[in-house]
Amino acid sequence: MFGLIGKNIGMTSIFLDDGKNVPCTVIQVNPCYVVQIKKIENDGYFSVQIGTDDKKVNKTNKPLLGHFKKAGLSPKKKLLEFRESSFSSFILGEKINMDIFKEGELVDIKGVSKGKGFQGVVKRHNFSGVGERTHGQHNRLRSPGSIGAGSDPSRVFKGKKMAGRMGKINVTIKNLLILKIDFHKNLIILKGSVPGNKNSYLMIKKKKWN
Amino acid sequence: MLYNVIKYTEEKFIIKNKFPEFNSGDTITVFFEIKEGEKKRIQSFKGIVIKKQGKGLTKTFTIRKISMGGIGIERIFIFNQPNIKKIEINKKGKVRRSKIYYFRFLKGKKARIKS
Repeated sequence: MFGLIGKNIGMTSIFLDDGKNVPCTVIQVNPCYVVQIKKIENDGYFSVQIGTDDKKVNKTNKPLLGHFKKAGLSPKKKLLEFRESSFSSFILGEKINMDIFKEGELVDIKGVSKGKGFQGVVKRHNFSGVGERTHGQHNRLRSPGSIGAGSDPSRVFKGKKMAGRMGKINVTIKNLLILKIDFHKNLIILKGSVPGNKNSYLMIKKKKWN
Repeated sequence: MLYNVIKYTEEKFIIKNKFPEFNSGDTITVFFEIKEGEKKRIQSFKGIVIKKQGKGLTKTFTIRKISMGGIGIERIFIFNQPNIKKIEINKKGKVRRSKIYYFRFLKGKKARIKS
């Protein structure tokens, strides 16, 4: 299950060959480099860390600079780790291009969703609110209602769905179809939407059985 | 910069149709392909252009015609829709507005446009 780091550019729509107009997301994939290879002897598991997009040397701290120096690379903005089986062969500092993906392939996308702030129970947990405005209801149209029984537990159970911070969590969307690939500007065009803001980084995972 | 990349993809992956220019108030005929099971057939729709709207990919135009039963029918087309084969301009109209919504409420003799 290897993959690359991409950048969310934005959405548009494309006409397919059968005349259907489908919504799609444009993702820019700059070349990625292998920064670290974790092995069972040293780290307890096997994985490959890759990085993309150059960063200024004077904006990088010294421990990180040493980390990149080991792989013989300039500092990178974004680092991600992919779990790999120990049989796969990677070289430290190797450049990975976009051509590991093909048109018509399915991929998984992982990213951080947009932050929604402090939200009520109706938006956050899909509660239905109070059904009516009249018949004794005054100012509680979007309220959660009762949060539990009274004197018997005399507490609120853990994990009760309530209002609070919403969004800005890791979200994975599975099986997005690659419609088009453009090697001139390193673009992948996916069918459907992806989590997160424009200009945010995404993890594009290759499927095992593809 | 983000917008430029999207513009680039739109220009690269979308086939743009080339049609004669028309404005609202004109009477035009649109010939477009439809699928019936496995057969393909070309259908036409003739009417007055009510509005042109949007930009880039989502640019559309609306055509209004009065059907046989006297009921108004409006149809919206996307400019770059691949199934549009041809557009014929039948009559150039002279109107003062770019969006002639008032045309929907006119009937009979009043629903005419100066050419």
